[in-house]
Amino acid sequence: MLAVATDRRVAGIAGLLALLLVAVFFSITQGSREISIVTIWQALTDLDPDSTSQTVVREMRVPRTLIGVTAGMALGLGGTLLQATTRNPLADPGIMGVNAGAAAAIVAVIMLAGVQSLPVYIWFGFLGAGLALVAVYSIASFGREGATPVKLALAGAAVSAGLYSFTSTVVLSNLDALQELRFWQVGSLAGRYYPVFWQTMPFLLVGSVVALFAGRALNGLALGDDVAATLGQNVARTRLLVFGTVAVLCGAAVSACGPIVFLGLAVPHLARALVGTDYRWVLAYSALLAPILFLVADVIGRLAARPGEVQVGVILGILGAPVFIGLVRFSKLAQW
Amino acid sequence: MATVETTPDLGRARARLVRRGVVVTMAAAAVAFALFVVTLMFGSVRLSVAEVLGSLTGLGDDPSVDFIVRDLRMSVAATALLVGAALGISGLLFQKLLANPLASPDFVGVTSGASLFVVTTLVVFPGSGWTLSMMALIGAVVSSALIYLLAWRDGITGFRFILIGIGVAEFFMALTGFLIAKADLFNARAAMTWLVGSVGHAGRTELWALVVVLAIGVPAALVLGRPLRALELGDDAATALGARVEWCRIGLLAVAIVFVGFAVAAAGPIPFVALIAGPIARRMLGPVPGGILAAGFVGAAIVLASDYAAAHLLPTAMPTGVVTGLVGAPYLIWLLIVVNREGRGG
Repeated sequence: MLAVATDRRVAGIAGLLALLLVAVFFSITQGSREISIVTIWQALTDLDPDSTSQTVVREMRVPRTLIGVTAGMALGLGGTLLQATTRNPLADPGIMGVNAGAAAAIVAVIMLAGVQSLPVYIWFGFLGAGLALVAVYSIASFGREGATPVKLALAGAAVSAGLYSFTSTVVLSNLDALQELRFWQVGSLAGRYYPVFWQTMPFLLVGSVVALFAGRALNGLALGDDVAATLGQNVARTRLLVFGTVAVLCGAAVSACGPIVFLGLAVPHLARALVGTDYRWVLAYSALLAPILFLVADVIGRLAARPGEVQVGVILGILGAPVFIGLVRFSKLAQW
Repeated sequence: MATVETTPDLGRARARLVRRGVVVTMAAAAVAFALFVVTLMFGSVRLSVAEVLGSLTGLGDDPSVDFIVRDLRMSVAATALLVGAALGISGLLFQKLLANPLASPDFVGVTSGASLFVVTTLVVFPGSGWTLSMMALIGAVVSSALIYLLAWRDGITGFRFILIGIGVAEFFMALTGFLIAKADLFNARAAMTWLVGSVGHAGRTELWALVVVLAIGVPAALVLGRPLRALELGDDAATALGARVEWCRIGLLAVAIVFVGFAVAAAGPIPFVALIAGPIARRMLGPVPGGILAAGFVGAAIVLASDYAAAHLLPTAMPTGVVTGLVGAPYLIWLLIVVNREGRGG
């Protein structure tokens, strides 16, 4: 029985890997420009430096796809970790103040230091996101029941609102900050090239590896703090490590791509629906599902408004909200 | 041996509480009026209290003072007063209806609809003045209706309403963000400025509309609020006591949404006032039921004070909404911590 189930799960992983390759293929071949397969093949194997199309493929679509895969994986894993460690099915890095923290840090550094290039202010976004996450969790943990779903959502909303207020102040007094912020805050893979990829890749990869190995610990936490402690797990240290990993993963992803909503929220649910509640499997499925959805949304955005594009953040926001609302409305989740 | 409270004792205790309620409400009204006068006093020409009061009552005889008070500054002061009152009352109603001290039209997605409609108008059409106000109102009503319909499942529970409100807000904000990114810099700046909220831009129509809405809505809320006390006992008890629960809720929710809609139409989505006016009023009033008038006066005081700070105390003049946010967030976080300690609100 178990063997059959495991076989099915392994088959699922293989299927998802195949889907991911398909998504990568589409991400490289589709776009707001029509580029033939032959040109793409040439771009990858036999570069002609004078061809614009080949440059687009090599210097824009490939890094964009790579970032989509690594950041998408990070967001999916981050969301799973967050939901597991807070035992809150509605946890999402965005709702937890990560986006607001990154935005506030970015405009602050633009205003104070005149920095205007993404590869530079990305570091500050990273820092801001991490600090905001820590603040939200700390605030929500006060009180008898600890960090319940609604408390976390509200603490996240509170911290986010405060940070956005600060961001507004800066943005209304500094035109450069306004200009940078209004593009960054939509969430997009456009304009992200190799520098961004190389900057974020170490964090995203290391974080993802740590996350994937956290399955056992998460299964322990899922039993409840008391049971986990009885079974010999150091709950506090696990939580700290998990939150640290989430901060690294989501901080890097958000500072690179801007605020991406709902990916961290919906992917763990999908993974759980497919593969059950064993977090070792849920993490693996999330790691593959998230980049697939991310790249698909990005491709839709590129095709929907040729020769321009609709940012991936907008596509995910429009498609993700109904999923979230559906989860709240039609499941037992909203009954505390 | 426990003392038995006799009926006269209870009556006296109740009378004391009611007196406290009246005194506190009048004190809040006095503070709001004082801030109103202060707002009229300051500007490029500083007026004295006597001059302002003279102008307001029509007893003064200096036409230049009258001009400054009535034509230049009255609009801002009146907007702050009325918008603050509307937001304060609306916030209190939301908190009572959703049975959660942290419920607020800002979070629950009502203002996100207004924001989307207004930003669309600013960026796509473009419009200004009266058009913007209409769009804000329509947007607020549309998003509220959407949230209500989505959250309704044999009635409304507070948590579901709040969470679905957050979902709807994310949806509208994704679209809003898209439009702001697509716009040219000039329109984007105008949109982002509007989104912060300011009392400086209301026209006469919006102000008079707000006056009318408050004049009708406040009595309505007070009348509908009587069965609300029964609602505080919980839906089952309230139904058993004969209160027509769902209609009462819908009526009060409608008043709250209309207040927010017109307030946002006049001044944009000023954050946090709706959230904190109610708890402040309730804390001052103590265990007296109601508090609608007090919440209105407290809200007015908050907006008037914020506007004064935003206009005169900051290095550069900023829109009102910036100050309320910077003041409101720490208060909200403190509220979360205190509420969490007591085990409520989650």
